[in-house]
Amino acid sequence: MTSGISIRNVGKTYASARGPVTALTGVDIDVREGEFLALLGPSGCGKSTLLRCIAGLDAASEGTIRVRGTEVTRPPDRLGMVFQRDVLLDWRSIVDNVLLAAEFQGLKRAPHVARARSLLERFGLGAFADRHPWELSGGMRQRAAICRALLCEPEILLMDEPFGALDAMTRDDLNVELARIQQDGGRTVVFVTHSIAEAVYLADRVAVMSTGPGRVVEMFSIDLPRPRPLSIRETPAFARHVAAIRGLFSRLGIVKE
Amino acid sequence: MATPQRVGGHGQGLLATLGVLAGLLILWELAVRVFAPPPIILPPPSAIVAELAAAPRYFLRHAGFTLWTTLAGFALSVVLGVALAVAIVASRWADRVITTVLVVMNSLPKVALAPLFVIWMGTGAEPKIAIAVMLAIFSIVADVALGLRSVDPDAIALARVHQATAWRILWKVRFPNALPALFVGMKVAISFALVGAIVGEFVGGSAGLGYVILVAQGQFDTVRVFAALVVLGVIGTLLFYAVEAAERFALPWHVSQRSAGSISREA
Repeated sequence: MTSGISIRNVGKTYASARGPVTALTGVDIDVREGEFLALLGPSGCGKSTLLRCIAGLDAASEGTIRVRGTEVTRPPDRLGMVFQRDVLLDWRSIVDNVLLAAEFQGLKRAPHVARARSLLERFGLGAFADRHPWELSGGMRQRAAICRALLCEPEILLMDEPFGALDAMTRDDLNVELARIQQDGGRTVVFVTHSIAEAVYLADRVAVMSTGPGRVVEMFSIDLPRPRPLSIRETPAFARHVAAIRGLFSRLGIVKE
Repeated sequence: MATPQRVGGHGQGLLATLGVLAGLLILWELAVRVFAPPPIILPPPSAIVAELAAAPRYFLRHAGFTLWTTLAGFALSVVLGVALAVAIVASRWADRVITTVLVVMNSLPKVALAPLFVIWMGTGAEPKIAIAVMLAIFSIVADVALGLRSVDPDAIALARVHQATAWRILWKVRFPNALPALFVGMKVAISFALVGAIVGEFVGGSAGLGYVILVAQGQFDTVRVFAALVVLGVIGTLLFYAVEAAERFALPWHVSQRSAGSISREA
């Protein structure tokens, strides 16, 4: 489990005007190396908080998170992150935005330019490398953000509802592409979403989370074969997984039948 | 796809402005000819033009001095102002101290301070530049500090995930993000720097358009006062548009500067 993530009894409490608020409590997860884990739950279940703690952006109030065996006290090495919004900088061209991942680390641009362009090519943005963000559609912008996260060959990719702001068709499209790069890359991915279908389609395991306080209620293994075509969503096996998770949400009172 | 465009181009706007200006001048000239006020109260524009034409080197020399102190004061304001804004954003402690000092400084009338500067620095260019800085720096600091602060928190998170140092975040994210605000501040500051330079020249000295106005006023030479004011107005306008031209050149990416429709809007 050297390149995995181990989360032990992690909790997070915020101070607020009306006293402490528990955002997350008692989370225990081992993410295996090369595994695709989805954190699935309603708003306020602490899934983004957990992701930020893994990224070293926020500190857990209780418990420990280890990445490749090292306790997380600051952002770990070889990490890529994709946010719900693309966070592209308006004053930089698309390829310069992708190169930012290297520049932030103080690495030279030149050795990364070829990889940045080939990544953009692979994501269908080859012709837009020298355009500026405002000239691209929302889906194209989020693809560029994924290229930026992948630039420095991260071993761990954290994605915080990356397709939440996109329309359904663009979302399907990017789900397929993400599944494909996961197939090629074999990196560890933690993916936050509130879409059951998206979680089942993409993940090896789905950690279902609930609110009040935020916690993991159950872990589902998704044993669907890979590669997964989009049409796998019409198979009975896929439907069984979705039904099982929806059933749990309904028992928790999060989804009403 | 039709791209939104302002009615009339750049040239037409300039033409309209000059037209209105010419109309007002003709009105002024006619009014003076019809009502014939004493020239000491209101000279006609033709007399002012004649005054400028009679001594172009005189006005040019003094305008040159005012221009140099204004630009020096403006440049110092930008450099110092940006440095202070960075300090304000970097430390809560610096924020308290610098902001308080600036607010105190800004609430003192500069006209009242100007004599002190003359006592401290003499009657050369230095006190004029100092007063120009005192007037102009406030808008630079306020606007740049706001621009450095109003960065998307996710952009900072992204930088941190990639282990960027505070300096690198400042240089690659905060500073470019503050550039539009810097230009807003610079447009205000350039006019204030000119006012500051003139205030300085009023109080003591032997050069500059402020000095010209002061001397001419002492001799009841209203035509010369007006002539100096015209030169002042031209300098102020040119300086403002120079900053605006620099903005267009430096910020082609900013929302305020974009003209063409984007793909996302066309799709």
